[in-house]
Amino acid sequence: MLDHILSILIFFPALAAMLGFVVHKDSMRSYGVAVATIEFALSLWLWFAFDSTISGMQFMEQIALVPTFGINYIVGVDGISLFIIILASFFTMIGIASLGETKDVKNMIITLLFLQMTMAGVFAALDAIVFYLFWELSLVPMLYIIGAWGGPLRIYASVKFFLYTFAGSLVMLVGMLFMAYFYFQATGQWSFAILDWYRLILPESFQLWLFVAFFLGFAIKVPMFPFHTWLPYAHGQAPTIGSVILAAILLKMGTYAFIRFSLPLFPDASVYFMYPIAVLAIIMIIYTAMVAYAQKDIKQVVAYSSVSHMGVIILGTFALNVEGISGSIFLMIAHGVVSGALFFLVGVIYDRRHTKYMSEFGGLAHVMPRYATIFGLMMMASVGLPLTINFVGEFLSLLGFYKQSHVLTLLAGTAIIVGAIYMLSAYKKMFFGVITKDENRNLPDVNKRELLALIPLAIITVWLGIYPKPVLGTIDTSVEAVVSLMHEKAISKEAKSRIPNIANETDMTKNSVEEAH
Amino acid sequence: MLSSVNVSIESLNLMTLVPMLIPIIGALLILVIDLFKSEQDRSLYVMLSLLVLGVDFASLMDSAGVFSKNGTVTGVFDVMLIDGLAILSQFIIVGASMLFIPLALTHKRFHEFSYPEFFALFLFMIGGFQFMVATDNLILVFVGLETASLALYTLIAMHNRDKSFEAAVKYFTMGALAAGFFSFGSMIFYALTGSVEISQIATVLSANNYADIGFVLIGVVFLLASFGFKLSMVPFHTWTPDVYEGSSAALAGYMSIVPKIAAFVVAMRFFEFLIHSGVVWLEVILYMGVVVTMTMANIWALVQTDVKRMLAYSSISHAGFVMAAILIGTTQSNSALFLYWILFSFTNLGSFSMLWISRQKNLPVHQQSDHSYNKFAGMIKTAPVAATIMALFMLSLAGLPPFGLFWGKMYMISSAVTGGYTVLALIMALNSAIAGYYYLKLIVYMFMRDPIVEDGGHIYSANATLPLKTIIGIAAIGTIFAFLAINKLLEFVTAFVYNSGY
Repeated sequence: MLDHILSILIFFPALAAMLGFVVHKDSMRSYGVAVATIEFALSLWLWFAFDSTISGMQFMEQIALVPTFGINYIVGVDGISLFIIILASFFTMIGIASLGETKDVKNMIITLLFLQMTMAGVFAALDAIVFYLFWELSLVPMLYIIGAWGGPLRIYASVKFFLYTFAGSLVMLVGMLFMAYFYFQATGQWSFAILDWYRLILPESFQLWLFVAFFLGFAIKVPMFPFHTWLPYAHGQAPTIGSVILAAILLKMGTYAFIRFSLPLFPDASVYFMYPIAVLAIIMIIYTAMVAYAQKDIKQVVAYSSVSHMGVIILGTFALNVEGISGSIFLMIAHGVVSGALFFLVGVIYDRRHTKYMSEFGGLAHVMPRYATIFGLMMMASVGLPLTINFVGEFLSLLGFYKQSHVLTLLAGTAIIVGAIYMLSAYKKMFFGVITKDENRNLPDVNKRELLALIPLAIITVWLGIYPKPVLGTIDTSVEAVVSLMHEKAISKEAKSRIPNIANETDMTKNSVEEAH
Repeated sequence: MLSSVNVSIESLNLMTLVPMLIPIIGALLILVIDLFKSEQDRSLYVMLSLLVLGVDFASLMDSAGVFSKNGTVTGVFDVMLIDGLAILSQFIIVGASMLFIPLALTHKRFHEFSYPEFFALFLFMIGGFQFMVATDNLILVFVGLETASLALYTLIAMHNRDKSFEAAVKYFTMGALAAGFFSFGSMIFYALTGSVEISQIATVLSANNYADIGFVLIGVVFLLASFGFKLSMVPFHTWTPDVYEGSSAALAGYMSIVPKIAAFVVAMRFFEFLIHSGVVWLEVILYMGVVVTMTMANIWALVQTDVKRMLAYSSISHAGFVMAAILIGTTQSNSALFLYWILFSFTNLGSFSMLWISRQKNLPVHQQSDHSYNKFAGMIKTAPVAATIMALFMLSLAGLPPFGLFWGKMYMISSAVTGGYTVLALIMALNSAIAGYYYLKLIVYMFMRDPIVEDGGHIYSANATLPLKTIIGIAAIGTIFAFLAINKLLEFVTAFVYNSGY
């Protein structure tokens, strides 16, 4: 069974969703929770069976799909994708478990299960077309979630979300077809397998164009600075569960794809575009932080802060060294946990008051102490307080980029202070002071169902903040392989010097140890 | 005293005529039955046509077997040319017709289907299209084209709506103009080369190194215009939305597939040598035609308020997309054309059939047209299965993986990449993104709005009977599980295209 565990992880929720059509709508909630729990248990089992000393792909499966054109169903997992897959199934589970009162709850759960399939598929796919397939397919359930359960502007928001991403990914598809064609020219065989592509060394001019094509698809998904306009709408209109999954998992597809495709395929282009992208990332961090400060709506604050932190992830990725990339992968998980939790928390208060305006609240700490505590913890984590999960990721990402550029890293560092300002002021507006509105006096505190989602998230936030090693160690092993591959593949001198040579470093430490003896 | 002409029957190779003669004989049979005993039920004619088409399909498989063993076969004084293109396109023509004809068995009675002439004309039309693709003789192409078109005009007019007559007359006028262009273009090439056979024209023109390039260009412009009318390329597309609106949804879906593949094959045969001749002008003309057709049709489709008109514009855009294959002119692109069109027939016939089963006999007051977007509002609440299937077809048309048309789109864009048309590949990709919007619009109406029509979703399948549901089921299965068949299809199509020398 372990040979096929990835396929099971991908298709089990889809199968369950199909069967879910038969389940009566009163029992649907239990059915959804059961299925999602099994899925999560399977993903934990994957972690358990995963050998963290191996840097390459594990549990690989290959089935021919269109062999004449080099398209095969190939899946596999390494340290980079493992934890995002676990995170995805985890969020699906707690998302369904804590689903509040929703109309058409049956359709919602079926949609979430389909979404889980596409998420697992994206992170496990090792064939570009299969990756593209799940990547595109993930738009449909999300479109439906936003469009059918969203706020008043839901149709505009969902269509904008869909079209933006769709347009970007079609350009990416052209890039993939080019890549496959270059592979065909080099070897005489069509192949869309990413591991085959890794072995292909392209001239720098080709790399630049292909990098741009892939970049468009990924940057819209992340979303990076000039392409981010769809996200506030999507978050603003989406129901709680939609925002949670969107922020926690779907956005990670973009940053994950940077590490899976852009860096190892185009090392020279990555170095070439390092500064422009870093500048974009810093604009994204500072600009969205400032926008967040100006928001009146707590959900928009969380949304913009989530974009802002995605900027740090990008910065870490384009540090192009082990610290930066490992840090950014860790930050992806951290960001998923923290911003997912924040969206949950916003959902909690929205369910009670049906408003998201901060001016409507004030003094909530008196009425809802438990809620205020968890919110406070998550907010601190989001700001990057040491000993919380975000701190580890942000610190490593910035440390990695510090090796490339001191000035830019300092700028990004100051932006995190801006982050503290808007988060703390939002917290102050909502929770401290006297209660001004009568409606707020008798609000019930978080109930059991909500705690079901929030407590595990709070535990993870603190646990991985204090002791990140079990996760970070596994990530490190795979990232080292990626970085050394990049160093080997790099053609230009600039790239060779920017991307560290890990093999040499370890040799040198070994030598020095031997000399010391 | 003239010496008598001696031709041995064997050298005529009359077997090449068999696939075309089968539907013609079938049509005559239907007329004869009507002669002896009229007022038969339409189901008789439908099943007879289906049987005839089945026999036709079997005979095509036979000639496919002959082709893969012996290569291209010619016959009847080398007028008939049975190569891979002819066989593939006939497969599409006959296959799509087999999917179309059961759509006549609607729940409500539409009077065109009670006439045996409808079915006879339909079979004559198929015979015409089959002649059109199975030759490289411009005169026989013309004869086939006119046989098929005249039958088709009548089929449209038989649908009893005010707009049907308008549509038929419009189509007839445009078709007549196209026929004029075609004969004029052929005449020019005949004058230049002394032959009406495309292969001969190609040989003579390249032998004298395109000395009369001015005349060649004029001839090309005339022929391109006539293909433009048939393929509804911009700016010759103006008839399409009106004709589709006027004819029944089923026939509109049929028209978006079968006449076009026939025209594509002729265009492929004709432009194959011209594209490779290195005359830049030709390429520029075709390039512009392709880009304008895809882009403009997409933009017009954005603003439609009626689903059928939207699908009409979308099918123009798809035709432009596929026309790119002829511009690129490699084996891969020509195979992509057939792959695309096979997948497109499933999806497009499916989506038009979905409109067909929701066809009302009389329009309610609040509805301006047969299939306005509003009619489909909130369909997921009242008719969830139908809404899901319709959404499936829309997603496939938009090119979302893993549904059928994605694979055609991907292979087509890949052929542009391989052929060195990078900008074209990007334009094709971006056009798919624009097209996403109007397909999405219908999904938005169906899934995210509240119902306007309050009758429990009955209107969405008012016309449905078992045969119609079966056809839609086949189309849906073909769309969903296409990815399992792509490899086989691709190998098959590529082998046939490659062995015909395209």
